[in-house]
Amino acid sequence: MSHVLSQTARLAPTVLPERRFGLRLPLLLLLAFVAVPLLGSDYWLGAILVPFLVLSLAGLGLNLLTGYAGQTSLGSGGFMAVGAFATFGFVVHGGVPLPLAVLFAGLVTAGAGLLFGLPSDRIKGFYLMVSSLAAQFFFEWLFQKFPWFYNYGSSGTITLPRLEAFGYDIGTAVGRYYVTLTVVVLLTWIAVNLVRSQTGRSWMAVRDMDTAAAVIGIRVYRSKVLAFAVSSFYLGVAGALWAFLYLGSASVQSFGISRSFQILFIIIIGGMGSIAGNFIGAAFISLLPLAIDHLAQAFFAGHVDAGLLQNIQKALFGVLIIGFLIKEPDGLARLFRTLGERLSSWPLRF
Amino acid sequence: MNLFLETLIGGLLAGTMYSLVAIGFVLIYKASGVFNFAQGSMLLFAALTFVTLLEKGLPFAAALAVTIAILILGAILIERTVLRPLANRSPMTLFMATLGLSYVIEGAAQGLMGAQVHALDLGIEDVPIFIGDVLISQFDLVAAATAVTLALVLALLFNNTRIGISLRAVADDTRAALSIGINLNRIWQIVWAVAGIVGLVAGMLWGARQGIQFSLSLVVLKALPVLIIGGFTSIGGAIAGGLIVGAAENLAETYVGPYIGGGITPWFPYFLAIAFLYIRPAGLFGERALERV
Amino acid sequence: MGSPRRSETTAPLLDVRGVSLSFRGVKALSDLSFAVARGEICALIGPNGAGKSSLLNVLNGVYVPDSGEVVFRGEHFRQIEPSEAARRGVARTFQNNALFRKMSTLDNVLAGLARHTRSGFLTQALRLPGARREERELRARAETILEFLDLQPYRDLIVGGLAYGIQKRIELARALVSSPTLLLLDEPLAGMNAQEKAEMSEFVRDINRDLGITVVLIEHDVGIVMNLSDHIVVLDYGRKIGDGTPEEIRSNADVISAYLGTVH
Repeated sequence: MSHVLSQTARLAPTVLPERRFGLRLPLLLLLAFVAVPLLGSDYWLGAILVPFLVLSLAGLGLNLLTGYAGQTSLGSGGFMAVGAFATFGFVVHGGVPLPLAVLFAGLVTAGAGLLFGLPSDRIKGFYLMVSSLAAQFFFEWLFQKFPWFYNYGSSGTITLPRLEAFGYDIGTAVGRYYVTLTVVVLLTWIAVNLVRSQTGRSWMAVRDMDTAAAVIGIRVYRSKVLAFAVSSFYLGVAGALWAFLYLGSASVQSFGISRSFQILFIIIIGGMGSIAGNFIGAAFISLLPLAIDHLAQAFFAGHVDAGLLQNIQKALFGVLIIGFLIKEPDGLARLFRTLGERLSSWPLRF
Repeated sequence: MNLFLETLIGGLLAGTMYSLVAIGFVLIYKASGVFNFAQGSMLLFAALTFVTLLEKGLPFAAALAVTIAILILGAILIERTVLRPLANRSPMTLFMATLGLSYVIEGAAQGLMGAQVHALDLGIEDVPIFIGDVLISQFDLVAAATAVTLALVLALLFNNTRIGISLRAVADDTRAALSIGINLNRIWQIVWAVAGIVGLVAGMLWGARQGIQFSLSLVVLKALPVLIIGGFTSIGGAIAGGLIVGAAENLAETYVGPYIGGGITPWFPYFLAIAFLYIRPAGLFGERALERV
Repeated sequence: MGSPRRSETTAPLLDVRGVSLSFRGVKALSDLSFAVARGEICALIGPNGAGKSSLLNVLNGVYVPDSGEVVFRGEHFRQIEPSEAARRGVARTFQNNALFRKMSTLDNVLAGLARHTRSGFLTQALRLPGARREERELRARAETILEFLDLQPYRDLIVGGLAYGIQKRIELARALVSSPTLLLLDEPLAGMNAQEKAEMSEFVRDINRDLGITVVLIEHDVGIVMNLSDHIVVLDYGRKIGDGTPEEIRSNADVISAYLGTVH
């Protein structure tokens, strides 16, 4: 037995991720809840951190479905639209207070996700993508075609008159940051609970080998459909936050197919099947354009036009995606972990 | 009845465009098992390169030759930098890589050649003509004829050339093909180049009608339902799938659309494809793999 | 039909009645019948392609037979979902390991407890006391099994990179943890060296004797089969050509000519 042991020890860079939070998590929360709002400018809070957090949340939603349960989706944008428009509907047509409206909208989106997840018993792999694309284009059409969804405004956009939660005005940059952060922390906690419970293990089992999952007693179809519903709940809430706490006013165009790709890129870059990966991927995807902008400013000072810059950025994203798939298929989360294991004294590893 | 016939025929003819895009897909899928999301971007890139060369003053034939040369170079480059390092990885990984590839190609195409709309005149008149008492677009007829010709040429190539036979061997049994000395990398390069050229033809036709612009690359999204209906592994299926989707979405728009607000063509084909998946899980012509445990 | 425990008056745990199965017209099993008594180790032997794995796949619902039925604990099944078979106490391992490659050893084993999970989705999502208590219990059960099969050194490692023999044992642990009534093992000793084979058959014997689990296994190594099992069923081209104790099989002329005489 001992020779087997030593053999596996050599083969085993594969210690389970994300089991060791220690003191780092409280420190991180302290930083996010106290230090950042004290130090950050309105621009940083409202224009960088809020979208970063919302994208992390959306990534988390897709990751539960794709990274954990193994079901591909290109419909993230569409489900975010459902969350945004349903929130708007509950507030404007139903007079529901905002926090409750977001919760209800999440549930409505979960229902929509469940519906579009139903074909997953018969349809697998690539074929299943057609179901999520059906969702994407159907919802784009729905929220554009029927003025009731945007309350008959002329521009087809949705805006809330004022942002208020439990009697507080949350319209300021700090307010929007705190609300977003709280929601994201809460839903991340739930996601961590889920992936470490029997629900999460069933998802991963279905992902890795669905026949074997069925043979050990996992109800595969139910597991898949549940993943669609939960994932969509997250995406719905993310859509509502994106529309009202980040953009302020949104339309269907804010949730097009390119949004779906963006969310997918977050989880590829960050790491499939990793909770921390969503945050890393979202940070990467929100910061890279800024970095490119700054570099272009520094080196070419206005000689490069915005359109070209956008195309360079697009190509660069493509190259990064391919590079990650070749070199680091488990994403930045894995890369960071490996680095962290090497520099085990470094205090900020994930 | 005329309305029905016109709608049906218009849809069928428009569907040949979908077929053209889907043929490029099928070629690559058969040879390498890659679900090539970048097919739409390749189409955009090819058409954009061609029209830019024309605008630079090259004669038609020269522009065509240079574009094809660039497409072949591009195929070799893609095989070396993307496909080879990812050989033996899961189909899903390869799909995502082609998604990345589509960003690279689109970024490169628009970064190098600009994002404005280019007009392309192929000398085909887009004037409807009467056949009997049914009104049909002349342009659609030419496009349909091109699609059919292209499919026939491809079928001849695959059945009668060494390369075509090697390709079929690879598609049937990759390992066996390798063991008799077929160079897989070379096959991939050829197939991607041919898919690029098919994309060029589709892009030119489509571009001549609506201008060459970014939205061309989105046609890839329509190809998915086409492939699901026709099957991923059959050129005949791709053509049939394109025709079915084209006809069905046109009929649905005309007869169902008005009752539910119209503009349903963006999503209708996907629901149609889901329905098809329930009835025929491997498409009309694809073979269903038996699941062994 | 002569296993020593067969003479007991209780009905068999598993009764296969006239099962036939074909793939695209090719017969894999024809009109196959046999019974497995509670508490025995029953071995299925026969040349490659004799239909042994197909038979296991029928037993736990992965394949649906063209005709015939399977009676398990008195319940009659023509068609059963694999997950429902598992929930009724049929566990199994595969010829080629079917582990969840990207999960740790512990998580693989915990996944095997799916049928014993009672807490609901919301309880788990919010980590309510019920879910925490249950998770503790499940983990304790999994740890016991890991210990039983000497798997603790691997508990937190991702299984995809582990040695083949270890993976086989993890698969056994995953099947065993659900406390099945009937355990189906598809070539549990394949690809192992002599020492590993000896260890593994010892595990199987322990499972049968100490945990009281009825075992149906497929194995090619006739020496080990003769030693290990109480009851042997011999298949050839989907038909049964022998059924009895190891001694009876050893003296069965059909079996000798079809199988024992030519192979091994």
